[in-house]
Amino acid sequence: MAVADYDRSLELEQSGAPARDRLTHIWEGEPGLKGWLSTVDHKEYGKRYIATAFLFLMLGGVEALVMRLQLAGPNKTLLTPEQYDQLFSMHGLTMIFLYAQPVLSGFSVYLFPLLLGARDMAFPRLNAFSYWIYLFSGLFIYAGFVIGYGPNDGWFNYVPYALTRYNPGPNMDFYAIGMILFGVSSTAGAANFVVTFLRARAPGMSINRVPILTWGTVTTSFGILFSVPAVSLAFFLLWTDRQFGTHFFDPSGQGQPLLWQHLFWIFAHPWVYVVVLPAMGIVSDALPIFCRRPLVGYTVVVLATVATMVMGFGVWLHHMFATGIPFLALSFFSAASFVITVPSAVGVFAWIATIWTGRPVLSTAFLFFAGFIVMFTIGGVSGVMTAAAPSDQQLTDTYFVVAHLHYVLIGINVLAVMGGLYVWFPKMTGRLLDERLGRWNFWTVFLGFNIAFLPMHWTGLAGMPRRIYTYPEGLGWTAVNVVTTIGAFILAAGVLLLLVNVLVSRRHGAPAGPNPWGGPTLEWATPSPPPPYNFAVIPAVASRHPLWERDLRESGEHSSIQRGMALDEGKEMLSTSALDAEPELIQKMPEDTLAPLLTALAATALGAAALVHAWIAAAILALLLLAAVLAWLWPRREMGQISERRHA
Amino acid sequence: MHDAPLMRLPVGSVGHKTFGWWGMTTVVMTEGSLFAYLLFIYYYFVVQYGRVWIPETPSLRLAAPNTVILLLSSVFVWWGENSAARGRTRRQSLGLAIGLLLGLIFLVVQAFEWRDKPFTMSSTSYGSSYFVTTGFHMAHVAVGALMLACVLLWSLLGYFDRERHAALSIAALYWHFVDLVWLTIFFTFYLTPYMG
Ligand code: HEM
Ligand SMILES: [Cu+2]
Repeated sequence: MAVADYDRSLELEQSGAPARDRLTHIWEGEPGLKGWLSTVDHKEYGKRYIATAFLFLMLGGVEALVMRLQLAGPNKTLLTPEQYDQLFSMHGLTMIFLYAQPVLSGFSVYLFPLLLGARDMAFPRLNAFSYWIYLFSGLFIYAGFVIGYGPNDGWFNYVPYALTRYNPGPNMDFYAIGMILFGVSSTAGAANFVVTFLRARAPGMSINRVPILTWGTVTTSFGILFSVPAVSLAFFLLWTDRQFGTHFFDPSGQGQPLLWQHLFWIFAHPWVYVVVLPAMGIVSDALPIFCRRPLVGYTVVVLATVATMVMGFGVWLHHMFATGIPFLALSFFSAASFVITVPSAVGVFAWIATIWTGRPVLSTAFLFFAGFIVMFTIGGVSGVMTAAAPSDQQLTDTYFVVAHLHYVLIGINVLAVMGGLYVWFPKMTGRLLDERLGRWNFWTVFLGFNIAFLPMHWTGLAGMPRRIYTYPEGLGWTAVNVVTTIGAFILAAGVLLLLVNVLVSRRHGAPAGPNPWGGPTLEWATPSPPPPYNFAVIPAVASRHPLWERDLRESGEHSSIQRGMALDEGKEMLSTSALDAEPELIQKMPEDTLAPLLTALAATALGAAALVHAWIAAAILALLLLAAVLAWLWPRREMGQISERRHA
Repeated sequence: MHDAPLMRLPVGSVGHKTFGWWGMTTVVMTEGSLFAYLLFIYYYFVVQYGRVWIPETPSLRLAAPNTVILLLSSVFVWWGENSAARGRTRRQSLGLAIGLLLGLIFLVVQAFEWRDKPFTMSSTSYGSSYFVTTGFHMAHVAVGALMLACVLLWSLLGYFDRERHAALSIAALYWHFVDLVWLTIFFTFYLTPYMG
């Protein structure tokens, strides 16, 4: 390595109290409102992501309950058809976009640097920006809903119904522009995860020693980078079709309605994995803690994760079996959809083997993970039934599909997230969640869910179509629907119990200590909650389970967590090589700033101006946006971006 | 790291190791996908409607020289970056300035090209596809030009030297990407119709 005059030697230092004080001084943000708005600490944004996503989960839940009341009996008139349309559209998009992905981002944003032994994400300001623009995109779509212009065409938004001819109000424009903003958020977040994963791991944490959760997230992030442009583009083109008379989806003028479905499902099938792979990662990392043994088959699980994502790009057509696509395509995509169940099954076997050969501790978190495995299996089986083209022809657009998608989404996402919350809440707050309440929480959610959705398979097989706002008497659907509605309310009560647990335990929970569960990975080596700088010295890692080395005796080497580089000459982070995590560079980290918030505000306002065709305002906002970005990126000497020789 | 060798590490934004350079690589991946989908749309329509879908065989009179101009700009930006790595500050600014100028010329020629088209964005899906795809590309050229302008300014202010010119490398990476994308667009919209 070339030794130039700006180099600094790698220091070996014991972290004493003065060093900790110095680091706190360097990394701590301002107090008060300004500090709250301008902080770039990943732990702060991780918690905000999770809290915001849970708020959206509640909103989506209320929407679902209203729908369930309407469907509780035949010929009900609680809702008009138009209201029902808006409700199921808002419910679907809220759950998928505003809850399921962001909540996982929240866990990853909080945990990534801690799991990897880093002090922050690679781009802390971008991280703040991703959060703000996610929040604003959600508020943007909800603003439309509140003033009566919610999207009313389902979260998949099919044309031609979404075109102006059938949908003259601004409903779809709210959704289109909101989704473009949301796409910016997930893309920025994905870029951040990828670079953090590749370049900010602790020295020695080679690519085969990384916690599975980060594998899930980084795989997902690659998926996002490749798939989100499809949907952002689709929504943009929908908007130009609606506002400027282009003919992408419009059947007149040589447009093609099916083009919408291609672009949408090229994105949305991989998205299914975006909202589950990190959750599977949560289970893969947390379940072993409660089984007191390492995960069985680390390498296979990682390969399965990556394979699922890659194959996920090849099967979008299975959402279009009923559109009259050619037979050959039908057969091929049907077969491909079967194959994709293989890597998912690998995960299930790995978890079961881990429980089987471990010494499980039946904590609340463990219950959630066990429930997760059960529902994952049921969801997988009903998925295979829809992956078979002939049975899909029967099942498509019936309640069978609704049952399947809720098993997958609630089973794999919600249960893993709730279990994960029981595991990492103590890290985030320093206090444990209450276990007794936790058990009530689990059983109401689990039973409520199954009471609501297991019978729904049957409603679907009995032919009840989805997205209908009511149904006549005498079709044999009534009893099942009553049961489903009761189950939905039990499930909702379970979610409320979690909320109560969180609110009470945040203040009055038992103190947790750094490692309440005896976990093996680096985040458990920090105090709970971790200090603003995460690690006093940069840890060096010699195995997959740095904190279990003594018990496992799996390698002769030992990780070093108390001694390492101090990196305390300013806000500094270590950058390591992509595969072997050899130290390569000391990267200077940015200070707190309002720039990300202002940039996100300007971008959202720009979207609003475009929505109402206020072009002059849009132009001014675009300039403001540019100015904010320039201020954000202007080279700074403290960041080591400018020649010191000239500016010393 | 009890027995770590005492090595020396560079500090700050140095070379291709910086987070920023890797971050730009992810931008290139996702923007590359965006253009892949735009071209997918073109080919989708061609497959659906056949050759008749293309209303005119596009003329290469402006587009071909313009392609050469854009490629040349990449060469000059590359030369600028290369000079930076050798500490030749003058050439570095010159390379960036010429690259930027050629980029701007490309935009002007494209504007003429747009004006000459007998169809509009709203006549048929071909027009929509043509104007939206090239429009997206022009927007990217504009953003790239803005980046070049920034690094040129910073270069003139003396911010960069032999090691510390990460911003320059990052902007250059984006610029080469934008040029590469143009080649695929040029091939798709201008050359494939000649293939029958
Ligand atoms: C209390 C819990 C829930 C209940 C009672 C519920 C109920 C419903 C109902 C009644 C529909 C409309 C079916 C139709 O008319 O076609 C629906 C659709 C949907 N739900 Fe849920 N749901 C719940 C939770 C969730 C969660 C947690 C997610 C995702 C993480 C989710 C994702 C969806 C999606 C994607 C749709 C499809 C929307 C569409 O057709 O556009 N749901 N749900
Ligand atoms: Cu799918």
